Amino acid sequence: MEYTEKVMEHFLTPKNVGRLDDANAEAEIGNPACGDIIKLYLKLNEETGIIEDISFQTFGCGAAIATSSMTTEMAKGLTIEEALELTREQVADELGGLPANKMHCSNMAADALHKALKEYQEKHPKK
Amino acid sequence: MKRIYLDHNASTPVREEVKQKVIPFLGEMFGNPSSRHKEGRVVRVAVENAREEVARTINASSREITFTSGATEGNNAVLRGYWQSYKEREKKNHIITTAIEHPCVLTTSQKLKKEGFDVTFLPVDSVGRISLDELEAAIRPETGLVSIMMINNETGNIYPIERIGEICQKHNVLLHVDAAQAVGKVPVDVKKMHIDFLTLSGHKFYALKGAGAMYTKWGRWIKPLMTGGHQEKNRRSGTENIVGIIAIGEALKLARDEMDADAVQIKKLRDYFEKRVLDEIPYTQVLGDPSNRIYTTTNISFKFIEGEGIILKLDVAGIAVSTGSACSSGSLEPSHVITSMNVPLEDAHSSTRFSLGKQTTKEDLDYTVDILKDTIATLRSYSPLYDEFMRNQQKGE
Ligand SMILES: Cc1ncc(COP(=O)(O)O)c(C=O)c1O
Repeated sequence: MEYTEKVMEHFLTPKNVGRLDDANAEAEIGNPACGDIIKLYLKLNEETGIIEDISFQTFGCGAAIATSSMTTEMAKGLTIEEALELTREQVADELGGLPANKMHCSNMAADALHKALKEYQEKHPKK
Repeated sequence: MKRIYLDHNASTPVREEVKQKVIPFLGEMFGNPSSRHKEGRVVRVAVENAREEVARTINASSREITFTSGATEGNNAVLRGYWQSYKEREKKNHIITTAIEHPCVLTTSQKLKKEGFDVTFLPVDSVGRISLDELEAAIRPETGLVSIMMINNETGNIYPIERIGEICQKHNVLLHVDAAQAVGKVPVDVKKMHIDFLTLSGHKFYALKGAGAMYTKWGRWIKPLMTGGHQEKNRRSGTENIVGIIAIGEALKLARDEMDADAVQIKKLRDYFEKRVLDEIPYTQVLGDPSNRIYTTTNISFKFIEGEGIILKLDVAGIAVSTGSACSSGSLEPSHVITSMNVPLEDAHSSTRFSLGKQTTKEDLDYTVDILKDTIATLRSYSPLYDEFMRNQQKGE
């Protein structure tokens, strides 16, 4: 297991963990079969579309927890449009890279973010 | 930081007596045991003494022992050698093995199956046991070999080799036993157990990595994996790993005397540890057969979390354990042993193996329980499955 220091840091002391009680968007991705489940909670400003708060719950390996933590850190303060541009690769890069076999299945938080945002957009069409 | 090593099923440290014993063979005693001069002859004597120790440990004769590079080689040699030798000679091209074998038996059998070997993989029940009735029913006229491990490396389950040996004998089928996790820890008697082929590995009993041995019952010759010089009576060509071989001899000599005391002492510690974990950490379960397990091992699943996180956190706290979780193996699938026991996936992913050794102390285990409690609570606090479960609990109340 060749995790970078940054991955270990986000795994050992993850940021933004837990349920967000006043969330107005959320999404879950993954299943127990593949060993990773990521759930994201977002609080979006209904006027500006800015992600004011975001948190995660993750069942998964060290990389799954670290990428979830990093994704929430990177998404906080972005607008919906900006956050939709955030990619898995950017998350991995910010962590100093991930072992190859973790790139795919344990780096899904960006996908969960996109899913939550798209569902939010459908429910709140632009006026 | 002091390290607490609880992964003895993966490999054991080299014991001090073994280290002392091999030092001369890293120095002045460097000869090739096949050489006729003095340098060679002294090494030959040491190699033959080691062979005698192996034979004595499993109640075989020296001439039935071949040194190898370990159990992976030994198991390959038996399965591939059997396939080469017996498929034509006796037309018995069917073998029976189990779903919970070590990958070196499982993948080798699967490869041979692709080449035309007929292989039956016996299933196991929810605690990992095989059914002897099912085994007997699987034997057909073309069945030539049964291959079953003595002790499973992940659960510690002990398989009833003596009774399996009786069944094999009754039906005139040969028996191969992967005893990598057994030799040096429990009594093994190839005669009483009716074993035809047996493999063992030095680094599982405080000798060195990269050296092992195989027992071939006198007369059961199979084609060798390695051809070349005439070392090991043509059964395994290649200049002997003398340091590894001498280490095996010394480690087994000591193990025979210590086995009974270890079985009491280490079992007491394992049981104490297991009870504390089960009592003090909720939603926790032992995987394997509690009534038939090697005294060194406990495999525990911690519901709602994934095992890699557990080993990473324990490692940071100075504790070495291993997991059957998908994510740590690189295979992306949970351990075949645990899944073949039909353990629900959420539990299989958190299966964590603690394997104790001669150096393990009660203090080590107390510290491990403390760290573990904290680790499990923390990882569960991240888990959506745990959150959902707890909310449902509250609703129910
Ligand atoms: C049951 C079993 N068989 C075979 C092996 C392979 O042994 P070796 O490391 O000597 O190749 C191991 C150890 O990993 C084992 O536990």
